[in-house]
Amino acid sequence: MSITDITELISKDARHVPLGLLDKEYGSIIEVLGRVPTDVELAMYSVMWSEHCSYKSSRIHLRRLPTKADHVLVGPGENAGVIDAGDGVAVALRIESHNHPSFIEPYQGAATGVGGILRDIFTMGARPIALMDPLFVGPLEDAQSRYLLDGIVRGVGGYGNSVGVPTVGGQITFDRCYERNPLVNVFCLGVLPIDRLVLGQASGVGNLCVLLGSRTGRDGIGGVSVLASAGFREDEGGAKRPSVQVGDPYEEKRLIEACLELLDAKLVVGIQDLGGAGLACATSETAARGGVGMDVDVLAVPRREPGMSAVEVMTSESQERMLAIITPSSLDQVLEVCRRWEIEATVIATVTGADESGVGHLRILDGPDGPVLADVPARSLADEAPLYDRPMLEPANLDERRDTGPANALVSSDYSEDLKSMLVDPAWIYRQYDHQLFVNTIFGPGDADATLLRLAGPGISHTRKGLAMSSDANAAWCAVDPRRGTRATVAESALNVSATGATPMALVNCLNFGNPEHPQVMWELSETVDGMAEACSALSIPVVGGNVSLYNESAGRDIDPTPTVAVVGLIDSVVRRPPSIGWIARDRIILLGERSANVGGSRWARDVHGVRTGQIDEVDLAKHKVLCEFVAQLVREEAGAEVAPGLVHGIHTVGDGGLGVALAEMSVASGVGCEIDEIVDHRELFSESVSRAVIATGRADELISRARSMGIAAIAVGVAQGDRMRVSQLVDIGLDELSSRFHDRIERALGEIASH
Amino acid sequence: MNFDVSVLVRGVEGIADPEGRTIERALGVLGFPGASAVRVGKIINFSLAADDLASARSEVVEMCDRLLANPVIERYDITINTAPAS
Amino acid sequence: MSVNIAIIRFPGSNCEFDIEEAIGKLGANAHIVWHQEHDLSGFDGVIIPGGFAHGDYLRCGAIARFSPVMDAVTRLARSGGPVLGICNGFQVLTEAGLLPGALMRNAGLRFVCETVEVEVTSNHSPLTSQVALGTRLRLPVNHGEGNFTCDEATLAEIESGGQVVLRYVDNPNGSLNDIAGISNREGNVVGLMPHPERAFDLVVGSDDGVPLLASFVRFVEEHVASHVAVGRA
Repeated sequence: MSITDITELISKDARHVPLGLLDKEYGSIIEVLGRVPTDVELAMYSVMWSEHCSYKSSRIHLRRLPTKADHVLVGPGENAGVIDAGDGVAVALRIESHNHPSFIEPYQGAATGVGGILRDIFTMGARPIALMDPLFVGPLEDAQSRYLLDGIVRGVGGYGNSVGVPTVGGQITFDRCYERNPLVNVFCLGVLPIDRLVLGQASGVGNLCVLLGSRTGRDGIGGVSVLASAGFREDEGGAKRPSVQVGDPYEEKRLIEACLELLDAKLVVGIQDLGGAGLACATSETAARGGVGMDVDVLAVPRREPGMSAVEVMTSESQERMLAIITPSSLDQVLEVCRRWEIEATVIATVTGADESGVGHLRILDGPDGPVLADVPARSLADEAPLYDRPMLEPANLDERRDTGPANALVSSDYSEDLKSMLVDPAWIYRQYDHQLFVNTIFGPGDADATLLRLAGPGISHTRKGLAMSSDANAAWCAVDPRRGTRATVAESALNVSATGATPMALVNCLNFGNPEHPQVMWELSETVDGMAEACSALSIPVVGGNVSLYNESAGRDIDPTPTVAVVGLIDSVVRRPPSIGWIARDRIILLGERSANVGGSRWARDVHGVRTGQIDEVDLAKHKVLCEFVAQLVREEAGAEVAPGLVHGIHTVGDGGLGVALAEMSVASGVGCEIDEIVDHRELFSESVSRAVIATGRADELISRARSMGIAAIAVGVAQGDRMRVSQLVDIGLDELSSRFHDRIERALGEIASH
Repeated sequence: MNFDVSVLVRGVEGIADPEGRTIERALGVLGFPGASAVRVGKIINFSLAADDLASARSEVVEMCDRLLANPVIERYDITINTAPAS
Repeated sequence: MSVNIAIIRFPGSNCEFDIEEAIGKLGANAHIVWHQEHDLSGFDGVIIPGGFAHGDYLRCGAIARFSPVMDAVTRLARSGGPVLGICNGFQVLTEAGLLPGALMRNAGLRFVCETVEVEVTSNHSPLTSQVALGTRLRLPVNHGEGNFTCDEATLAEIESGGQVVLRYVDNPNGSLNDIAGISNREGNVVGLMPHPERAFDLVVGSDDGVPLLASFVRFVEEHVASHVAVGRA
């Protein structure tokens, strides 16, 4: 067909438009097929070529991230990244967003977000042992944001608790940019014996594809193309409700157990979860990865409701389903395992060979020998989506927005009140999550700068090794300088993991951005990727997976760029609980890292004064790496020895909220106040310059000299004592008040305890 | 014969119903101060094939006693209608 | 002699591996037993672990009580065998009628996962027979429906019969009389909402669960010994 023919066809035929495909994308489909697509083909292209599935706007940038290291077993592109943790044990990790569904229906949106990420992990052969949930919602003063927070938290807990995977960490950010577009990021980590590692790939002509789990219904049809790949217009939440999926954690629990049993028994050649784009995605991706074709009998797919069309069956996003590729001879055993776990299992497809030109065809048949409803190269769906190098534009007023002058000129009349207003205890959230299952949780949410687990799980016997993880994001740092902000975010996450004694081993990211058709958003994305690449390279942390969520906009306003990172680290020996947030009376309080009096980009400037201009200090990544290693070494000495050296009693990194919030949290955690005489400038109290940590010690001289010998700045700023937090002439707060303002913030806002 | 069965399961009299109380408070805040004695229950609907209404009823009573309700905290009401011929 | 303890696994159980490890550390043989099994012969005691047995749909534990293994558990309990239900296992035992009362939704209407303090208030159970009255223990709780309730007559009976074995110091779920754990009248079946197996190592924050589970294992051993003695007499 000639170009003019295609153009004419498209102009007459607008059926691709409601599916979210552009004219030129429709043209490409016609070109690939050499004919007009059938309805089933068009529907499959529309979901597979959606932004959500194809990363068509971001792929060109993501290539710049460093992904290699000796211990990386599986990098980006598979369902999850996998690293070697030694002793025959591997760790699988991934992070994803479920932002748009959570705005439409917060409970189910968050719940199915958890379900989806779990499947990404156990599809690799790993048993999920930990979830973390970084959440971003509008201010607590906003009624809709409170409603969303409540629903999202109930959804994460409702699914995670019931499915039997502990939620061991996360973060909560309140900012007006998320008011009509909350972000729900979910991280999951699993452990596996290395020899159970399996890939989502089909192979072996004549092998069978078995659909496991829930029946297919009409839920979530077009979710990826219509919902996650376009922004919300005003009051559109209600109208989009039909694409909401409903999660069933009990089904997922049985699915996890059945799949792990199938993998342990070596009954599976390849396995893939069904998520966005449903069967269209699972069949085309597994076939494309294996370089084979597949004949799918769409009539064989068990359905939840009558009258479903082939298009609906192929694109449904019904939850709790997996596609296993098996040899025909193992079918009986597979069905037996599934029967035991009460999991429905149905053969729906057969692996076919590639054609003479090496192309594997995905064919959709209406019955085993029925009419062919679709016949497309599998690769064209999975790997050959359009790739866009979208226009980028640096904002015009950058210099003005980056100017730290206005923020640093701010003064308050009551710094004690400022500090109190910045305290938020996330305990209200994590108390609703099982964070202790598997009895691995050494540091759960709220205990330390990072979560610390014993590296173990059902089937993986306990060792002395520990697994640390921290999820971090700070959109305010990234809003005016995404590159610098992202470098700082990665640096902070690495330091958090180091503060539990662990060495950072891998990073996964979830890039939450606005509308990629806005050139400024593409500039933000590109700068973010560069910042992440620089920080990861400098700190030797490979990126093993990621997720991009675009079109986070409401009423035409993009969210601030919000790159969430999760860093995972390992520590060789944890025989005692390492020091964490807190101190003991009479400790000297040491600040490691450079002093700073820059409050640009800080929460104090933003939340207390409404000043959103100005940027944080640049991180010296080479120095930061030394700091991370030093801090990890100090903590390892305490954690790994039967008799601890006792040099470090407490540790807390300085980040969001600055030194002031860090000191307040240490006071509250230990029930011992502090007297800080070295900090006299309020800007030093609230500066969010990263690459700094507070250490409490009884042997200040030894600690300071060890730090300085590594080239790390270290000064004593005060003493832990009494029942008040005092900072020179700036702050004076009784511990009781400090504690109640910290602990009760969310409950008071939600009206669950009386307002004061 | 086919019957449409509806079982309404509610808390026994006098037992605490925090969910009902919470809804009652919320209704008050929304401007419905007249709403009181809010109780939350659940409805279980199903079709049942049985010889006649009497045997259908006795079967449903047994279902309720054994599974659908917990007599320590719940009581139940049964509604049975003859299903329209399909 | 090492006793054999069955840990019942329903499709939605999730604490079975944790309790298996804890019991193993105490020197007993822990075996995970699938809920479709009919036979528990060869086992000296039973533990029903926490989790969400059948997704906790309908009511927590309501469907689990009809699993084939529950007939065997009931027979073992009726013959004086030691039975322990933790969290969801406690819910299953009340639904099965092996323990009095019921567990309702938490008064705060929210799931609660935190470490709380409980006090041992009776020795009349396998779990507490070896623990001094008044002992305070820090144990994790993790449930949405742990709010124990029963009618007044039952409450009077379990209070006077020494069947309230653990009480919350600071009640997290609104349970009647701060009840955290109870036993049956005979004192061989016990259920509690807190998770002793989660407090088994100071590295994870507390090892206060050790005395309770050690007491359970000791009770099983004594039960076996007394039966062997009776058998020989």
